[in-house]
Amino acid sequence: MRKDGLFTVKQNRQIAQSVYEMVLEGDTSAISAPGQFVNVEIEGLFLRRPISVCDLYGDLLTLIYKVVGVGTEKLAEAKPGDCFSLLTGLGNGYDTAKCGQKPLLIGGGVGVPPMYYLAKCLIREGRKPCVVLGFNTEQDCFYAEQFRALGCETAIATADGSVGVKGFVTDAIRQSNFDYDYFCACGPEPMLRAVADCCGCGGQLSFEERMACGFGACMGCSCKTKYGNKRICKDGPVLFKEEVIW
Amino acid sequence: MVDTSVILSGMRLDNPVIPASGTFGYGREFGEFYDINILGSFSFKGTTREPRFGNPTPRIADCTAGMINAVGLQNPGIDAVIAEELPALKKIFHKPVIANISGFSIEEYAECCEKIDAQEQVGLIEVNISCPNVRHGGMSFGTSCQSAAEVTRAVKAVTTKPVYLKLSPNVENIAEIALACQEAGADGISLINTLLGMRIDLRTKKPVIANTMGGFSGPAIFPVALRMVYQVAQAVRIPIMGMGGVSSARDVIEMMLAGATAVQVGAANLKNPYICKQIIEDLPKEMEKLGIKKLNEIIGGAL
Repeated sequence: MRKDGLFTVKQNRQIAQSVYEMVLEGDTSAISAPGQFVNVEIEGLFLRRPISVCDLYGDLLTLIYKVVGVGTEKLAEAKPGDCFSLLTGLGNGYDTAKCGQKPLLIGGGVGVPPMYYLAKCLIREGRKPCVVLGFNTEQDCFYAEQFRALGCETAIATADGSVGVKGFVTDAIRQSNFDYDYFCACGPEPMLRAVADCCGCGGQLSFEERMACGFGACMGCSCKTKYGNKRICKDGPVLFKEEVIW
Repeated sequence: MVDTSVILSGMRLDNPVIPASGTFGYGREFGEFYDINILGSFSFKGTTREPRFGNPTPRIADCTAGMINAVGLQNPGIDAVIAEELPALKKIFHKPVIANISGFSIEEYAECCEKIDAQEQVGLIEVNISCPNVRHGGMSFGTSCQSAAEVTRAVKAVTTKPVYLKLSPNVENIAEIALACQEAGADGISLINTLLGMRIDLRTKKPVIANTMGGFSGPAIFPVALRMVYQVAQAVRIPIMGMGGVSSARDVIEMMLAGATAVQVGAANLKNPYICKQIIEDLPKEMEKLGIKKLNEIIGGAL
């Protein structure tokens, strides 16, 4: 079920180059799966901005976003006590029941945040996820310690080699020798494609598209899959590896 | 107690508020937010003969006080709409719905309208001759008096329900086209569709929309839409569904004063899924403030 509610900013801090972590308080009851997103109304802008759920604890919601335009610039200026209207419970999210016993979670850049709540949910269900994170440089890295604090084995790849393996997440996957039977990924599309090619097992991938409503009405964010046309916002953002048309 | 009801070509609507085609799907998504039976009616997603994916993505761009879409008539096709969408809608919506039909040839318009006319759930047919996002169709029929009249005649010949032609603002003289539709037998006019617009991504220095341009809608276009509704209302005697940037009860009243019998709400639904519910709740309050007892008495009040 989707919900519209007012959320209050508790904290908003920079955690990497142009990357911010915002903790909000409000009614999170509509959020039913990791990998879902919220659509944030920002004063002065017409369309809401979709942002994936990074963490959920009671009525506290954590969002991580990168400043890339006028919307996220305004979000970065938010102070504790400020209020935002959020549509919550959007998107299908990851189907954790299908994630196997030892899922490999792969996040690239701002694709990292949804992996955190996914890791928490999987651990709660008794699985043992391991994690590969990809960034451009050391200045872009965030949340590795948080994944390790959950008890996840965590490998990092940076494009310039300043942290972890030099190269892409696929290089880190090969070098880490993690034992996994399934994968979940979120990140830029070329990364998703490389990951799907690299991991022989089944998996779920979270896609991004410019969208308007976020709840399936406008058909702005459609994509073609082997199972027919899907709306990234409503039937996605998470698609199964076997249905993706690259 | 004020009266918000209006009569639209014989259809009695509890209120004049109608979500516009393309912003409300086939109703199901909004049924998750509120009971959509409070609406006057709604106009379903533009439907064509064949299933369509529409244009490549990205096909959405944000704008100051509005947005651009270049969806390009994605829909499952008329047969799937009749077989699947209408039965699903029947469970959640118990009023006559407005069927929005688009096409790429006169024959296609006629074929789809004939099929949809036979559906008892359909109260009125809105023929879209103004989609800015498809080539060789849609808008090209709405940009000349002759082709607009041809579509009107072809559709009227095979239907029994009221037929409204939805017009494009991207023309020299919208009133002339409305008049041509009236002369060809149209029961009413819907206006306006979106204005052609574009945005450029400053970082990539390329258009945001994959198709370069798209239809601009939202509060920014309200004055343009209002002016065109006023001009068309002066020119024709058939009823008008007015739309374009409507996002409040006050906008609804203003649109009616300009000559609209019913008022459609479009882009605002995508920003706030509860906006039509809010407008319907606000309407009686605004009417009382303005001393309006019966909403249908203000139609064309500014003409």
